[in-house]
Order: sequence, then C-alpha cells, then structure tokens
Amino acid sequence: MELINFLSKPSDFSRRTGPNDKIVLSSRVRLARNIRGFAFPGFAKKAERVRAFEVLRPAIEATAAMADRFAGSMDTLDALDKQILVERHLISREHAAKGPGSGIVFNHQEILCVMINEEDHLRMQAIYPGLQLKKAFAAIDALDSDLESRLDYAVSKDLGYLTACPTNLGTGIRVSAMLHLPGLVLAEQINPIIQSVNKLGLAVRGLYGEGTEALGNIFQVSNQMTLGESETDIVARLDKVLAQIIEHEENGRQSLLEKKPKVLFNHIGRAYGVLSNAYSISSKETMNLLSLLRLGHDLGFLPGVERALVDELSIVTQPAHLRKKFSDELQPEERDLLRADMLRERLAGVPRPQCKALGDDASLDKPQE
Amino acid sequence: MQCMVCKQNTAKVHFTQIVGDKMQRVDLCEECAKAKGVNDAGSFSFADLLLGISGEKDSAAAGATAVAAAEVDELKCPTCGFTQADFKKNGRLGCPECYNTFADGLEGLLKTMHKGTRHVGKMPMALKAKTDSSERLKSLQKRLEKAVQQEDFELAANLRDEIRQIAPRSSTPAAP
Ligand SMILES: [Zn+2]
Ligand SMILES: [Zn+2]
Repeated sequence: MELINFLSKPSDFSRRTGPNDKIVLSSRVRLARNIRGFAFPGFAKKAERVRAFEVLRPAIEATAAMADRFAGSMDTLDALDKQILVERHLISREHAAKGPGSGIVFNHQEILCVMINEEDHLRMQAIYPGLQLKKAFAAIDALDSDLESRLDYAVSKDLGYLTACPTNLGTGIRVSAMLHLPGLVLAEQINPIIQSVNKLGLAVRGLYGEGTEALGNIFQVSNQMTLGESETDIVARLDKVLAQIIEHEENGRQSLLEKKPKVLFNHIGRAYGVLSNAYSISSKETMNLLSLLRLGHDLGFLPGVERALVDELSIVTQPAHLRKKFSDELQPEERDLLRADMLRERLAGVPRPQCKALGDDASLDKPQE
Repeated sequence: MQCMVCKQNTAKVHFTQIVGDKMQRVDLCEECAKAKGVNDAGSFSFADLLLGISGEKDSAAAGATAVAAAEVDELKCPTCGFTQADFKKNGRLGCPECYNTFADGLEGLLKTMHKGTRHVGKMPMALKAKTDSSERLKSLQKRLEKAVQQEDFELAANLRDEIRQIAPRSSTPAAP
C-alpha cells in the first residue's frame, strides 16, 4: 500500500485527544534494542546491515501489535515519503537519509513505530496524544516482550540492553513529551524552567529533537540517563516533572492575562491577521503563528474555532506535505504562496479573535476548554 | 603494568608527556590518576576517558609544556574489529561484544553519564529466569553446606534433591 494512504489523515490525526492535551501535544516512549551476532548499524558494512534487516523486519511484522501495518525499507521509499515520515515524527532526519538495510514498520494510527537499523538495530516507540506516558510505556513494553521471544537480544545481566551509544545503555529507554509552552515563552520564563529541568537530569529540545530550535513554542522534555534506574522509575520521574511544567505554563498564561493582556492580545491578533490574510508565508512563520492561534483558542479568544483545525493546519502546511498534495517539483517560494492560499481558505470562516478582557476588566472570562 | 607513582597497583591510565624534546610515557593506576586530576570528569571528553589519556591539564607535572599524544594500547574488539580510535571518532561502539572488550575504560565513562553502572529494570524473560535460578542455586548450596556442617543430614538430603531439580547436571557438594 502507498505510504500516504496508510498514514492517518491529518484531519483525523489532529482530532485525537488525551489528558492535558492543551499543553502536552504527545507522549512518547522509545526503546533501543540490538541483537547478538551483528555489528551496530553505524559500524556494520552494508552487507551485514542488510543481513540484520532480513532478520529484524520479519520478526517485527510477525508481532500481534503489527498485524495491521506499513513496512518498508528505506531504499524503496522515495525522498518525499521519507520527509513526510519526518514531519509526522515517525522517523528521525538521520534515518530518512538511510538506504538499503534500514527500514520502518508502523501500525495503524501510528501508535507504534519501529525504525530498523537507525543508530541501533531497533528503535521502537509508542506515541499517544496528551499526557499518557504510562500508557505509552505499557504499549511499547508489550511489543518489546513479544519481540524478545523472536529475536536474540544483546543484553547483559550487569549492563542491561547493549546499545551502540553508551548513553542509551541499560534500559535503552527514552521517555519524552512534546509540550506547547507559549505562555512561558511570552512571559519570558522559559529559560529558568529549562535550566531547572536540566538540573534534574532531563533534556529539553526543540520540535525535531537533538539540537533544533523551539519552533512554534514546542519543546521536548526527556530523560537522559538510562542505566541504574528502572523504566517505571524513569516514567514516574518524568510524570512528576511534567506535572510541574504544566502548572507553570498554566500560571504563565494566567498571569499574562492578568498583567499583560494587551501584549497577549497583540500577539494573538497579529497571528490571526497574518495567517488569514497573507499571500506568501514560510513554514517557520506559519508554525510560530499557529502556536499563537492555538494559545488564543485555549484562552477562549477564538470561540468559532476547533483546536483540531489549528493542529491540522500545522501538519498540512509543512513542506513535504505541501509537495505531496500539489507537486513534488514545488520550489520553496511556490510553496510559500500555496501555503498562504491554504491558510486563507481554511481560516476564511473564522471570526476575528475576541479579546474579552480588554475594555471590560471586571469580567475576565475563564479560559475555555 | 605497574603504576609509576605508587608502584603497587596495575596501571590503567596511560599518556605521553613531552618534556623539552623528550617524550615520556606515564602509566598510572586509577587512584593515582584521580589524585592527579586525570579522571576529573568534565575536563576530559568521554572518548578521552575511554582512551585513558590525559590532556594538557597535567602540565604541572614537570613544569614544562606537556602535550598529550594519544598513546593507544591497540585494544581491538575480537568480534568486530572496532578500536578505541573508532570510539574517539564518533562516540559509538562497534558491536555488543565491545562492551566486554572495552569494559575497563567504559566503567568510568558510564559513571559520568548515568545514575549507576549496573542495570536496574526490565530484562528478557529467558535471561531473568536463568539469573534467578543461578541465584537460587547459590543460596541452596550455601544452605546445604551449613546443613552438612551442622550434621542435619535430613535437611541436607532435601536440599540436594532441590538443587538437582534446578541443575540436574551440575555437580553438588556431596553430603557425607
Ligand atoms: Zn598508583
Ligand atoms: Zn565489537
């Protein structure tokens, strides 16, 4: 089946809900696993990687959880499809650059996804909308338990699961959440928060992982240490820290409303203005402005809008998604025009934001869900 | 190889100092290296730690310009052929066996990057069962020895049966 037909439609995908999804976009748990008798993908020669792939792929495809799946090797996917997978956060940019001997298997609704021969033989993840780390861990733990009977995992009693990079050794687990934190960014409180999260041994990154900027006020928080602490302890620790960040973000939003309402309305009003009137707009500007529109929705300034519309737009306006919809040949400038057309059209029916607190300070409305 | 400083422990940290125009090899044990600040995490890259070499830091030693030259004990993974130099290049290991090959150098490295140096958490069922039964075997054998010492032959006989059930082919200390 063609990739794009198997992937969920952006309109369906953005309608998925989860606890705290106002602030937590998604929860993800990833496990790194390797098998005995093969060099790690980064050191193996192509022939060895291909041999490992021939062992790994059928094992994954045989699991119960992957009964309904898309599977492909990276050399059979075209460059555009790989980019789509990156934009859907199913594979890393590094993995998209791989060829024969590397691949991907993911299930219906993209809850479970396994990268084959990325940095490790297997990088498997479960993603759920909202704050659902325990659920994500349970899902990936079950897939892992199914796989351990089908594959000869490289594991030692003392060091746990052996990984290409010593930073992933032990549990091989990376627990992370994608957070939307416009309140903390606008209130200029984000840096101290990041610093204190770092002090707890957790990493904070931008939208596309390692070393990327925080596009659209989106931040990824994850554990760094994998050895000497159990999976459940790591999940619990993340949960605790995330609860605190959520509280800070809520307070940040509330104090902006109370102390700097005009600054807030200015940002949201301008975002609405540009998104619904521009004739050319870059992907980056779109991400940043859609973030403000989402905030406007969450604060109850956009009564006529569903959050799903904003989230859908942030998927379909990405470069590879636009090229897939219109033409593979699109140049960046042409994409900017088509992106603007799409935004104007989709936002045409959306009334201007109503910044209720202005002019009537006494009746500051409670934020809408 | 003996440590040059204490002349007691085995030297595990090696580096080459250049004093004037003479090259001097330095071999230290872990304790002495630590005392000299060679193991000071943060001032050494992970790869350097694994390689067990010192950087310019140790210039105080001779009051001369000490330039570190990578003195690599050509340690090579017998399974995949990966070397320490490969690790220095990209910070990744070659194959699962590398964790045995480079175990000594990795210990310090793991300490700096993780909460502990021993795995806690999930393990494949097969390995867990094996580990559990070997630990049970150990404790049964200990109890058996004690029973024999105390001349509780009935208990000893029972314990021996139990041990035989877990490890039918393993030899067990014979009760008199
Ligand atoms: Zn010594
Ligand atoms: Zn090796």
